[in-house]
Amino acid sequence: MNRIQTEVLVIGGGATGTGVAWDAALRGLKVVLVERRDLTHGTSGRYHGLLHSGGRYAVKDSHGAAECIAENQILRVTHAHCIEDTSGFFVVLPEDEGEYPDKFKAGCEAVGIPCVEIPVAEALRREPLLNPRISRVFEVPDGSSDSFLAAHATAQAARNAGAQILTYHEVTSLIMVGGESDRRVAGAVVHNVVTGEDTEIHADMTVNAAGAWTGKLAAMAGIEITIMPSKGTMVAMNHRLVNTVVNRCKSPSDGDIIVPSHTVCVIGTTSINVPEPEPLRIEPWEVKKMLEEGDKMVPGFAQARVLRAWAGVRPLFQDTYTSGKGRDVTRKLALLDHKEREGVAGFLTITGGKWTTFRLMAEATVDDICRHLGTERPCTTATTPVPGAEQGHYWVGHRLHEIEEKHLQSELVCECELVTRTMIENAARRNPLLTLDDLRRDVRLGKGPCQGGFCTYRATGILHEMKKAGSWEVNMSDDASSAAKWEVAYLQSPGHNLVSDADSHEDNGRAANTADSFNPNLLLRDFLQERWKGVTPILWGRQLKQERLDELIYMSLMNVDHLPDKELSSPVTEFYLFDTTPTAEEVADV
Amino acid sequence: MHTKSWHSVGPSLDECIKCNICTSYCPVAAVTDLFPGPKYVGPQAQRFRENGQPQTPDHSVDYCSGCRVCNEVCPTGVKIAELNARARAQIVSEKGIPLRNRLLGRNEMLGKLGHIVPGLANFGLHNSFSRVMAEKVMGIARQAPLPHWSTDGSFGDWFKKTQAQRLKSDKKVVYYHGCATMYYEPFIGKATVAVFEHNGYEVLVPPQNCCGLPMLSNGEFGAAADYHQNNINKLLVYAQAGLDIVGTSTSCTLTLKEEAPELLDMDSDNAKAITNATWDIFEWLRERHELGELKTDFRQMNMVLPYHAPCQYRAHRVGKPAMDIMALIPGIDIRESHARCCGIAGTYGYKKEKYQIAMDVGAELFDFVADQGGDVEMTACDSETCRWQLEHGTDLPSRHPVEILAAAYGLYDLEKRQLL
Repeated sequence: MNRIQTEVLVIGGGATGTGVAWDAALRGLKVVLVERRDLTHGTSGRYHGLLHSGGRYAVKDSHGAAECIAENQILRVTHAHCIEDTSGFFVVLPEDEGEYPDKFKAGCEAVGIPCVEIPVAEALRREPLLNPRISRVFEVPDGSSDSFLAAHATAQAARNAGAQILTYHEVTSLIMVGGESDRRVAGAVVHNVVTGEDTEIHADMTVNAAGAWTGKLAAMAGIEITIMPSKGTMVAMNHRLVNTVVNRCKSPSDGDIIVPSHTVCVIGTTSINVPEPEPLRIEPWEVKKMLEEGDKMVPGFAQARVLRAWAGVRPLFQDTYTSGKGRDVTRKLALLDHKEREGVAGFLTITGGKWTTFRLMAEATVDDICRHLGTERPCTTATTPVPGAEQGHYWVGHRLHEIEEKHLQSELVCECELVTRTMIENAARRNPLLTLDDLRRDVRLGKGPCQGGFCTYRATGILHEMKKAGSWEVNMSDDASSAAKWEVAYLQSPGHNLVSDADSHEDNGRAANTADSFNPNLLLRDFLQERWKGVTPILWGRQLKQERLDELIYMSLMNVDHLPDKELSSPVTEFYLFDTTPTAEEVADV
Repeated sequence: MHTKSWHSVGPSLDECIKCNICTSYCPVAAVTDLFPGPKYVGPQAQRFRENGQPQTPDHSVDYCSGCRVCNEVCPTGVKIAELNARARAQIVSEKGIPLRNRLLGRNEMLGKLGHIVPGLANFGLHNSFSRVMAEKVMGIARQAPLPHWSTDGSFGDWFKKTQAQRLKSDKKVVYYHGCATMYYEPFIGKATVAVFEHNGYEVLVPPQNCCGLPMLSNGEFGAAADYHQNNINKLLVYAQAGLDIVGTSTSCTLTLKEEAPELLDMDSDNAKAITNATWDIFEWLRERHELGELKTDFRQMNMVLPYHAPCQYRAHRVGKPAMDIMALIPGIDIRESHARCCGIAGTYGYKKEKYQIAMDVGAELFDFVADQGGDVEMTACDSETCRWQLEHGTDLPSRHPVEILAAAYGLYDLEKRQLL
């Protein structure tokens, strides 16, 4: 078994985990981060992408709101290129009139959220599809974030500061030492799910940043943490019906926010307690509810084309949690020091919070780590931009602009989201990549209207060629032998990927070693299944037409149901499967 | 700009299933790499457009000629050409419009100016020095087939002069002649009046102005809206009186009917009244024929006639009515062109950077005409700029089908283009 010695082991490659790794590495600590899948496989990659102004919590949770606005302003600098400056509206619909709007305004003022009431006419001029019956509009500095890019950029920043990032490494056990009175977590045994190798990682401090899996991980140390997994379902529309974040000005509830996110807009969410973080089933009523609620803010919303639906899990934590209602739980961060709580040393859990406050959560965590390690090192993340931030905020047209300026029209692989061949080749070389789904997170492959209809086979072909030429390796190690360079700052930019890393590749003779972990048929099947999972809950109207065409391409033309290597599976194959058994209600409908 | 309409152009991008059929049929994408195709610049690029972005994201949409082959072949009904027209308007509103495009959009003004001293205007424009200068200074291609001002007076002059001879009848029709007939080709108007009167209709020619299409194509939506509103004001009483407004320029009639109200979001009752009253001449004549009202006292016309239906007919969605009616003429051997576009696409082919593209697009049509053999003396097409392009590309004269029809009635000399 391999053995790594480190000061800090971070478990979880979401926003929080990468943030902790980044912060700790900047403070000069030796850090290893492990993630069981790709970065942002969990909740960080499955939310609506709101950069909170804090407005949503201004009335009920002023502490959470204050954290949001402070972090909002910091991330706009440190992660500038991961954010679109959309601004945000809180709109008062006829049914929402009452005391709340004034409370909202006062709440924003109390915690310092810039909040300006603007004339309805101006709001309608800026967002012409908005319900004209709204009576008041408040503008706040909400934004839209690319949480995939942000976690990757944060990980790169951590790695540049010396951290080691191990994706597709699953914790199989925590290393427990000491007796009944001085138990401590001394690291973890991790399993490389790609190569099958196990590694013992010994650490002075282990951080549980496992998000929705926090409870499960803590249980490995014999600690009980009541994490309430609260499922939120989101629905993405085919194009941006609004270019500003639109919130209902009322107590947060289901389907009251529309977030423009790159080329789509996302409505969210539901809030349903679930027993397990995976698998998540999207119920028909959830989709219906989202569209009905969307229709109230943007009349006609429910008739627009729906692209897909997905669900994420909020890792809600409350010590004295009793009510059973997810929305009542505070959204402020929770740092659990298990030495103080349960007498288990060397082990911290960071949970609660939200994407917008991930940096603050990391700061609090690493402050505590330093205290435990007996060292005093100030946090510098608030003033240290991650690689790529110099690009400034992204804007919806930036890819089209770059494609046009550099005349890359004929290079497109994913036509919907304007992904060029070189972007794919470089993404495969610049950070660990196992599946096309990883590529989706890296460069937005397959996220557009055709949902992979035209790019899946193209991207598979490209990776297959790279594999054969030895210019891409499926190798999740992060050491000298690693092919991946961890350069993700410009992955999203067609104009900055004019030259392929693959072209400059020098044959290192390692290509043959990893053949088993890559198979083009599996790559294709996995991604088709992954996309299928997201469109099934919304399969009607225009997206049904689209899927019919996709079906003809893959089933009739390519006969993918009868490709060889059927028995192969990747670590994520199972995740892409979903339960298609009809519910009792659905059966009754038939 | 113009994002308020929920059920029309903008949201039609949601219909796209990315099948690429439009791109494979697009006549422009087939001949130049400068145009990445209708899907790319239309529903695909539309998802990346938004008002007030740091930069105008795209420019290749400017190479869309607006021929609407894409709309016709789209299996799901995306209004691609209209999406493109709007995108161009957005670019114009953000970046301004070149003087050339402003001029090309003001066909009516140019017509009026040249009409003052047409001989001099023709000389001034149609000499190689001026054309080289126009290309250098403004980017109007020196070889492109610009029209000649009528030296025989405008259509309006003629109509006024001959008022006493005009047929009076209970059956009345309103004639929308358009700018080209007014200033460049008054003989088309004369042939039309002859055909109307032969069928017992009194022709009314109320004041009217440019339909605004050249401005729509060049992205000047504000000016186009003014023109359309003026036409509504001038024509409304006739529409409300239940009279048909019939035009001989397929593009003008399309603009009155659909393009202007749709692109400009002009959906008032008055605009709708104009939409409902407007007919293309052959659409109207075919209707008369179907009702048994069209005179068919045609003389024998022994001729081989290659006919090219202009692109605008696609958007009219009326089939090829000129074919249907000309087919009634004994002896005529009509050869239907299936070429996608003549290339000129209104003002597109006049632009220096697009001239060769337009000629390459038109090659399909020019070759078709050449293939019809040496007996062919002329071609036919309903749209003026298409006819000019056809003449430019084939060296054969080209006629409006209404001229053919007038000749078949024995009222018109096809060669000299004058009433008998």
